[in-house]
Amino acid sequence: MNAHLREKIAFFILGIVTLIVILPILGTLFYILKNGISAINWEFLTQPPRNGMKEGGIFPAIVGTIYLIIGTMVFSLPLGVLSAIYLTEYAKDNFFTRLIKLAIVNLSGVPSIVYGLFGFALFVIFLKFGTSILAGSLTLAIMSLPVIITATKEALEAVPQSFREISLSLGATKWQTIRYCVLPYAWGGILTGTILSLSRAAGETAPILFTVAAFYLPYLPRSIFDQVMALPYHLYAISTQVPNIPKSISFGTALVLIGLVFIMNLISSILRAYFRRKKLW
Amino acid sequence: MVEIIKTKNLSAYFGEKCVLKNINIEVYKNEILGIIGPANSGKTTFLKALNRLNYLNPSYREEGEILLEGENIKKIKDNVLRKKIGIIFSLPQVLPISIYDNVAYGPKIHGIRKRSILDEIVEDALRKAYLWEEVKDRLKEPATKLSGGQQQRLCIARTLAIEPQIILYDEPCSGLDPISTAKIEEAMRELKKHYTQILVTNNTKQAARISQRCAFFLMGELIEINKTSILFTSPQNKLTDDYIRGKFG
Amino acid sequence: MNLKTIKEKTIEFFIRISGFLIILFVILIFLFLLKDSLSFFKKYSFFKFLTGKMWLPISDNPQFGLLPLLLGSLYVTFFALIICVPLGVASAMFIAEVAPSPLRGILKSLVEILASIPSVVLGFIGIVALGPWIKKFFHLSTGLCGFTGSLLLAFMALPTIISISEDAINSVPKSVKEAAFGLGATRWQTLWRIILPHASSGIIAAIMLGIGRVIGETMVVMMVTGNSPVLVHSIFEPLRTMTATIASEMGETVRGSLHYFALFSVGLILFIITFIINFLADLFLHKK
Repeated sequence: MNAHLREKIAFFILGIVTLIVILPILGTLFYILKNGISAINWEFLTQPPRNGMKEGGIFPAIVGTIYLIIGTMVFSLPLGVLSAIYLTEYAKDNFFTRLIKLAIVNLSGVPSIVYGLFGFALFVIFLKFGTSILAGSLTLAIMSLPVIITATKEALEAVPQSFREISLSLGATKWQTIRYCVLPYAWGGILTGTILSLSRAAGETAPILFTVAAFYLPYLPRSIFDQVMALPYHLYAISTQVPNIPKSISFGTALVLIGLVFIMNLISSILRAYFRRKKLW
Repeated sequence: MVEIIKTKNLSAYFGEKCVLKNINIEVYKNEILGIIGPANSGKTTFLKALNRLNYLNPSYREEGEILLEGENIKKIKDNVLRKKIGIIFSLPQVLPISIYDNVAYGPKIHGIRKRSILDEIVEDALRKAYLWEEVKDRLKEPATKLSGGQQQRLCIARTLAIEPQIILYDEPCSGLDPISTAKIEEAMRELKKHYTQILVTNNTKQAARISQRCAFFLMGELIEINKTSILFTSPQNKLTDDYIRGKFG
Repeated sequence: MNLKTIKEKTIEFFIRISGFLIILFVILIFLFLLKDSLSFFKKYSFFKFLTGKMWLPISDNPQFGLLPLLLGSLYVTFFALIICVPLGVASAMFIAEVAPSPLRGILKSLVEILASIPSVVLGFIGIVALGPWIKKFFHLSTGLCGFTGSLLLAFMALPTIISISEDAINSVPKSVKEAAFGLGATRWQTLWRIILPHASSGIIAAIMLGIGRVIGETMVVMMVTGNSPVLVHSIFEPLRTMTATIASEMGETVRGSLHYFALFSVGLILFIITFIINFLADLFLHKK
């Protein structure tokens, strides 16, 4: 068999395999869309659940997820950006720096349930925050750090070294240089990475299982020490703990969750393309 | 002639490689000192040692002393030193902001916020750099839209805006057209009245045109330094003579 | 002038601290897991924990054997890998070297979309669609078994394997490819015999990260692999992983009870396993 025929066959097989990978993705999305779209209406999105979750809407879960997203951002963005600034602008090439990089790699590989355990032990119990938005946000924030740090690092490293040289040669201090001559050009990448990281946090269930999530709350949270309902946990609960849940409600919940995550991802991608086009140098 | 910079046994290393060997040199106030020599002779390293920019490279090491007005520059904080000693790089490097903001960057860093004062500083600096007439109507435009020669003059204006005492030039006209080069050289002559300037150049003719004294560097060593007219007509070292005649480099 | 310096020194202090905090978090996670695990091991033998074949936390004589859970995790991971490694590496090869440019962009976007699907949604799909289908197709008594979990986990791990393998393939220097073409090799021969071996350490890293992802997954396995913390004989039986055990039992334990501490011990083992995997994967990624 000559080499060209072999190549055609090989490439064909590779293509088939890729198709096998792609089709279920599309299939899943359409399946959820088809079964869930009927539930999506104004009532579903703005009303609380009734009758043991079998009727009504998922409003409190949406609100809860939004609160968690905001809380996660409040804690993870400053810490993530500062750490990345340390790594790119201040850290010397030594053992300590390698240790930090190793720590980041490990944080990104810790299973989400272990984060849940840790968050529970540290924030809920040890620091006595109780199951609360505060504890949940802090847990999700630590989980989100690696993505934000990596994105910020890349954004900072993309700023040409000449900018720093110019600023320093005009008599600026290191921090002034970072603040006025480096960071402004990195915000695009930082924003993109943050939104991406938050979109993942929004879809996580395991870290919020014991740190903040509640199955049903008759009222919206009034303080950061309150528990909260959340979309991922809600989907889990209604599909495993509520018998005979109407298909439209459970698929509708899944659709809203996917929709939220996708919209955030889309915003992140659009921003990325926008900043890439707007490249100033 | 008043001495403003003096180096004592200055040696510099990047890692294991020695790039400057025992440089002993004085720079006098209000002169234009030319530094000539072939590539890799340590000219740029010497220049950047004066405002401690070499330290951006983590493998850089120095021995010996550099004195600014008698004071060891190690005792001066980096950012203070660099306000006194400005530098123009060989490639025109402008920040991707407006012409006005490029020039105003330095003064703003040093605490000047009032708009009217900044306006004055910017105009003054651009005039001294012989750029004002060409850009006065488009100060808000991005600096990247300027031509190479204009950008380089913008860099000069940017440096002038922080009111340094000394200006360093690292091959500022390489890659520029003759007219831009002429304008920059004109600016340098005018600036002599108030500033001390050190010009590193690959162009011996340029050094002969503008500098009062000239130093010849070769392989990290200072071979000869003298009044320009003497260096170019009767150099004392054969190597200097060979270089000027174009026999190498 | 002095105020400015103080402000700046303060900011730089916080910057330096942030770097250190990252290390601190990893240490804290380990310490908190360790602390409660030690409370467990004070009352229950470590050896019995590691080798016990029964996980019966709420019986009169509670048994906390890790083996059913550990093997559940490993079993499910193994089958997931059998599916996703060939699929993933092949797709990566297709995307990186075969697909024409516009198609490549679409495929990469689709893979990214897969990566962003929350695990709870995949678990949901497992319960409502995949599980019942597998039950019918394989004539099982329940579709909620290890196999269903493996299938879904394979899909969850695909984006990791695909994108990192793709990076590895793309980072093979062009000169190597051109040398092969210059000697008359076809694109396939170049891909199979030259590029792939060159990218092998990156691909191994991709697989290891995929393993880490799968072992650490909680929601899918909790919702779909059944709820049976026993040693199984076949992947088509319901089983339980370490992750699912922690997630499903934590809510029912009394704080400070032996069961409570036992779950932390399971968490500690999980942490150590994924720590090692990620450490090794990182080594492979930087092995050039």
